[in-house]
Formats: sequence, structure tokens, C-alpha cells
Amino acid sequence: MFAYYLQLGLRSLRRNPMLTALMVMAIGFGVAASMTTYSVFRATSRNPIPQKSDVLYMAQVDNWGPENTEKGEPPNALSYIDAMALMRAKKASRQTAIYPIGPSVIPEDAGRLPMRQGAYAVGADFFTMFDAPFIQGGPWTSEDDDKHASTIVIDRKLNEKLFNGGQSVGKQVNLDGRLFRVTGVIDEWNPQPRFFDVVNTGGFDDAPGVYIPYNRAIDLQLATNGNNNCSSDPGEGWDNYIRSECIWNAFWVELPTKAAAADYKRFLQGYASEQQRAGRFRWAPNVRLRGVMEWLDVQHVVPPESQISLAVAFGFLIICLVNTIGLLLAKFMRRAPEIGVRRALGASRRTIYAQFLIEAGTVGLAGGLLGLILTGIGVLGVGLVFPKDIARLATLDPSLVLLTLVVAIAASLIAAFYPTWRAAQVQPAWQLKSN
Amino acid sequence: MEIRPILSTLRRHKVTATLVILEIALTCAIVCNAIFLIGQRLDHIDLPSGVAESELMQIIPVGIGKQADSHARATADLAALRQIPGVTGATMANQLPFGNQSWNSSIRLSPDQKLPSLNSTIYYGQDVVRIYGLDLIAGRNFQDDEYKWWDDTAGDDSLSPHVGIVTQALARKLFPNENPLGKTIWQGTNNIQIIGVVRTLTRPNLRDVESNGYSIIMPLRVTMGNFAGFVLRSRPQDRARVLDEAVATLRKQDPRRVFTEKRTYDEIRKKFFAGDRSMTVLLATVCAALLIVTALGIVGLGSFWVAQRRRQIGVRRALGARRIDIVRYFQTENFLLATIGIALGMVLAYGINLLLMVHYELPRLPFIYLPAGAALLWLLGQAAVLGPALRAASVPPVVATRG
Repeated sequence: MFAYYLQLGLRSLRRNPMLTALMVMAIGFGVAASMTTYSVFRATSRNPIPQKSDVLYMAQVDNWGPENTEKGEPPNALSYIDAMALMRAKKASRQTAIYPIGPSVIPEDAGRLPMRQGAYAVGADFFTMFDAPFIQGGPWTSEDDDKHASTIVIDRKLNEKLFNGGQSVGKQVNLDGRLFRVTGVIDEWNPQPRFFDVVNTGGFDDAPGVYIPYNRAIDLQLATNGNNNCSSDPGEGWDNYIRSECIWNAFWVELPTKAAAADYKRFLQGYASEQQRAGRFRWAPNVRLRGVMEWLDVQHVVPPESQISLAVAFGFLIICLVNTIGLLLAKFMRRAPEIGVRRALGASRRTIYAQFLIEAGTVGLAGGLLGLILTGIGVLGVGLVFPKDIARLATLDPSLVLLTLVVAIAASLIAAFYPTWRAAQVQPAWQLKSN
Repeated sequence: MEIRPILSTLRRHKVTATLVILEIALTCAIVCNAIFLIGQRLDHIDLPSGVAESELMQIIPVGIGKQADSHARATADLAALRQIPGVTGATMANQLPFGNQSWNSSIRLSPDQKLPSLNSTIYYGQDVVRIYGLDLIAGRNFQDDEYKWWDDTAGDDSLSPHVGIVTQALARKLFPNENPLGKTIWQGTNNIQIIGVVRTLTRPNLRDVESNGYSIIMPLRVTMGNFAGFVLRSRPQDRARVLDEAVATLRKQDPRRVFTEKRTYDEIRKKFFAGDRSMTVLLATVCAALLIVTALGIVGLGSFWVAQRRRQIGVRRALGARRIDIVRYFQTENFLLATIGIALGMVLAYGINLLLMVHYELPRLPFIYLPAGAALLWLLGQAAVLGPALRAASVPPVVATRG
């Protein structure tokens, strides 16, 4: 029966190609617009580290007070004093302070030009906490951290440039004229959104190629390559700067259980009240401990463009649906005499339902196929609207293909529901009489 | 035109009528808001920078750590750049409007004021007022002996210059209805006397409409070590050549130099507003698509109604109705539906606008959008229904007497 109805449906669609084309186009365009914008939304709102996002937390301590902060939200970064104090306390199972640096890598071959590299100063725990994929060697040790060792982890790309992709553990890399010993090489690794440095990247940037120990970077007086904000003038020189309330560090901890997280929150509270007692903070403790997804949400990683265009596109899909309801109604009611004959010959309402829903389904399928092609074009065109760092994350993968078809068919079935019901209500006697 | 027969017909086709109303309402609400968003973006894109946009270029080198002789190097670089034929100005500056990299500072009216009066961006570089082509509307420019090197003064207020030039926007905010010349403002613990006012100089990074124009220019020379870039000025038609020659000149001065940016000011502006421009195109495309889909929907349902009412039309024609009466009938019917739809759409449009205001800090939808949106949809409805109405008018009276 299904095959027969499908055949009937196709024949009916061929009978008035204009109306059919209108419906297919309405569904196709509506679905394509929503799926294209959804692909961007999905890329920007996704979980960058799903396997660990529930055990990683970003700590914030308010060292500026209500005068310099807005709506009670602590600054989005830590001062060196606080980052160092939390680092030394070692109250979490793993922890790392992080800040971006912008060193130039100077190749051994004097004929080659220095390369500017995206880089981070981090603690030894960084790599284990965030599951950085090593292809050679491994992270430096926490003893290296304590000794302020000149060690370095580079990524596959830089390893190819400097060492032609060969074994490089133990070899030296020259950053701004200083030598660092390679302890490991990671694969190209670029979690998106870059949760551990949302403040400076907005969440999306090229993969960083270099990581060096935080303590060593501080010794070398490497200033942050990201945002630095000061509530008051830090005074001259590096020593004054790192003793100031200027904020430029991120601090992440790994806490395996909810109980551990609650404990750590209490520890932060305690730390802040200690600072209050010592006279450094003249306000009540104001700390935050946020999980990965909460942090991304607070930092508005999903661009407003993405949300607005998604909303507009879904509005468009709804209008296309309303339109399709009208057109299907017109199409089905025009065939009232045919329905009357079928009913008079013994077809039940149920079979009428089946017949017309299948017909609507074929419209949905055709609309879905058109929508798929248009989504493909749309995804290619995402780069015209969104920054390239975000645009390249929007792809037409199998799950999006499936979703496009499902949405198209579901939409057309929803649209067909009322017209089909009307068709099934046709009184056979009436139709037979008037003809 | 008698409306009552139309109303009684519509009452018998409630669902179809509701569909048309709903479609018009939704389209009206979305199009009003989308056009409003487009207007907002266009205002944003057209924001004036205050600089001579058609004549400026920027080259940003990568700094390789600290250099001992950075002052001498900067001076030599600039001297070499000024030798290039066609260059009418060359300097090193920390930032350009819409250049994305920005230096900002809190400004107070007295050193012990608790909360800062405002946050301003600070422009550094020799001769910025002349080379950027700023419009000095009051006071004077800096004199040569007022300039100092930024790295000589960092952190030591006694060495810092105590004069500055501000924008009109900043002066008006700090000293409304007063002459800002000679007034003192505080950047941290450093006092700055205002000696000049320029008409416009926009920030490198935009925040909100009010504070986009808050800028201060300080007489400080900057070098490569301070993340500064070269800014060049020439006649518009010379820019491409000057830019190439400037890069060649700078490489000759130091062959190991790498450049992260080499661009004309037009490119800076284009890049800065690329997202806004594309968003405008996207919204405009969606609006056009919406209007087309709605029009097609009205055509589709209109044709359906005409087909359904063939006999009724035939009877009316046989009883003496003229073709124009039939056309008027369908036009009035559409006008009624459109009016209800528009009324509903207005309410919806305001609802959506309220949501946008809460979530995206957008201003309220100006009233003018409502009559404009209404007119647009009335026209669209009338245009869409014309085809089916004319087809209805061509139904011959003889239909009434058949089958």
C-alpha cells in the first residue's frame, strides 16, 4: 500500500508542478536557512572537552572590589599574586596558571626569518588536565616547574618547521634568543572554543604552537600577549608589575568530584577572607568557581550574530511552514471529488490519512534534498558572514545531513496534518452529488 | 465597496484566512526587526574615524625582544621612510581607529576621585594630529620640545608630559558647557592639561555609542619595542606604490624584520566592519526571501480561493457585477486580511524587539518602522493578489448556468 500511495503522491505532485515547486522551495529554503545557521551555532556552543568538562573549573578571585567591577562579577582574570598563591596552595588534584605570550622562534639556520608563535606559559599539570595529545615525549615534570627549568613543549607543526618532523625530545629551541629543551611534542591541538583562554581569544584562534613553564616565563619577564587590565597604576618595572593588582592570568583546577569542587570553593572563600583580614581586600570575599560550559556561557562565546541569525532563520522556517500548510490545503481540497470517489468506494478515513501524509512526506523529502544542496552552499558561504576562525568549524557532516532531511520531512508532515484532516473529513455524498 | 459579504465569506473559511493572517503577521514582525537590525549595523559601519582615511597606510613589524638602540633605530627608519617619493608624512604610533589593538586608561578629574569619570583610549606617536589628518577645532598642536620617548617616561610621573589633546566628545562629557582648554585631567597619578581639541578621533575598538569617541593624544614617541606600527601618509593614488617601497626600505634598514600587517587604511576599515557588512547582507537576503515566500503563499491561496469560488463569481457576473467589481472584491478581501495580520504583526514585532533589547542591549524599535512595515505588507499583499483577482475577473458569467 505504501508503494502505491507513494506512486499516487508522485503523480499528484506532477499534476500541478507550479504548486509542488512552490512547496518544495518553501521547505527547501526554510530548512537550508535554519540548518546553515544551526551549523554555526552548534560549532560555537559545543563542548570543547566533553570527556573532562565536568571536572575542570576556572577560579576567579575579586581583587578589585565593588568600585572597579560591574554587577558583583569578579574580574575575568587573576593577578599574579593570587594566581601564585593558588598555585602554591596545591589544594586541587591538578592546577595550572595560564597566560598567553608572543615569543618569536628563531631558527638555527641564520638565513631563515624569525617566526612569531602563538604560545602559552603554563604549569606542568596543564597537559594532563586538558588531555593534550603527545606524539613524542611528554610534559615537563613538576620538579621542572619548581626549578624554573627552561623546558618547552611544541606542536607537530612547529616540530616540522624546526626539526623536519623528526625526533626532537631533548633538542633545543631558541625563543627570543634564549634556549629551551624540548620535553615533548603534541599533535596539532586546538580545542574550540578555547575554554582555557576565552578572555584573550574570544574562544577561537589558530592553534598555539609553544608551551613553556609559567615560572620560567615570569623569570624572563615575558609580558602577557593578551589583555592586561589594571585598576591602578602598577608603577615602574617588572617587580612592581607582578606585585600589582593588574590582572592577566587564568587559573584552572581539576576536581574529580562535586564534593572536591565544593571544598575548593570553600578554600577560595577562605583565601579571600584571609586577604580581607590582611587588609589587602577591603570587601567581603567574592570568588567564583565555574565549570567549562558555565564559563563559556558567562563569557558569551556564542557570538550574538550566531544567535540572532539562528532566530531569524527559525522564524523563516515557521513562515515557510505556515505557507506550506496553506498550499497543501489548496492542493488537497482541490481533489475533494477524487477523495469523495475513493471514500464512496470503501476507503476508510485512515487510508485517506495515510495517502495524503505520504504525499506530504514526498514533498518533505524533495524539500529536504533541495534543502541539503542549499545547506551545502550555505555552509560554504558561512565564511562571508562569520570570522574565519568560526566559519571553518561549520561543516556539513553526516549528522547535519541527517538532521536536515529529518527536519524537512518532519516539518512537511506537521504542515500536512491539518490539510490531511480536512481531506479525510470530505463527505463522499456531497462530492458525488455535485459532480 | 460593501464589506459584509466579504466578512461572511471569510467566516466560512476561517482556517485559510487565519493562515494568511498568521503569515502576514509573522513576516511583518520579522521584517520590521530585521530592517531595524540592518539600520543599526549600517549606522555602525558608517561611523566616522576622524582620520584622513583615503591617504593613510599602516605597517606593523614584529618586535624581536628589547633593543638597546631602539630610539636611534626608530628615528633612522622614519627618516628613510620620509625619503620615499610621494610620502607626505611618516610616524610610529601605537594605534589607529578601527585597528583593533588599543591602549586605554581610566580618566579622573582629580587624583583622589574614587570612581573614574570615564575610560579613554590614548594615542601615542610623534605628529599624530597632522599625519592622521585630524581636525583641530580649538587650542594648539604639540610643540617639538613637548615630545618625549614613551619608554623613558613609563612609570615615572615626573618625566611624563603634562599636556594632551582630547576629542570633542571627551571634552563635552568631562566639561559640559565649559571651555575645556586649560583644564586638567588625571590619568592614574599623572596630571594632563588640555591644550587642544580635535573634532573626531574614534577608538581602535568600539564599545558603546557614547564612549566610541573618547580619545586622548599624548606627545610621546613610541618604538618597535612598544608594539607600535609605522603609519604613512601619501596621496590616495600613490598608496600601493608607497606601501611596497616602504616595506622594501624597512627591510633594507634591517633585513631580519618580519611584518604582521601591511595595509591601507581602507583595508583596516573593511576588515573591522567585515562581520557587520556580512550580517547586513544576510539579514537583507532573509528579508527578501521572507517577502517572496509570503507573496507566493498569498498567490497560492488566492488561486485556490478563486478556483473554489468559480461558480459564485459566475453568478455575481451573471447578476450584473462588472469585472472591476470582482477584482475589487478580492483586493478588499486581501486588504482586510493584511490589516489584521499587520496589527497582529506590530504587537509581535514589539515583543521580539523587547527580547532583543533584554538580550543584546539593542535600542527600542523606532515608531517609524511600524507604518513603513505596514505599507510594505499592504503593497505586497495587493501585488500578490492581483494575479488571482484578474483570473477571477475573467470567469465568464456563463459558468453560473453550467453544472
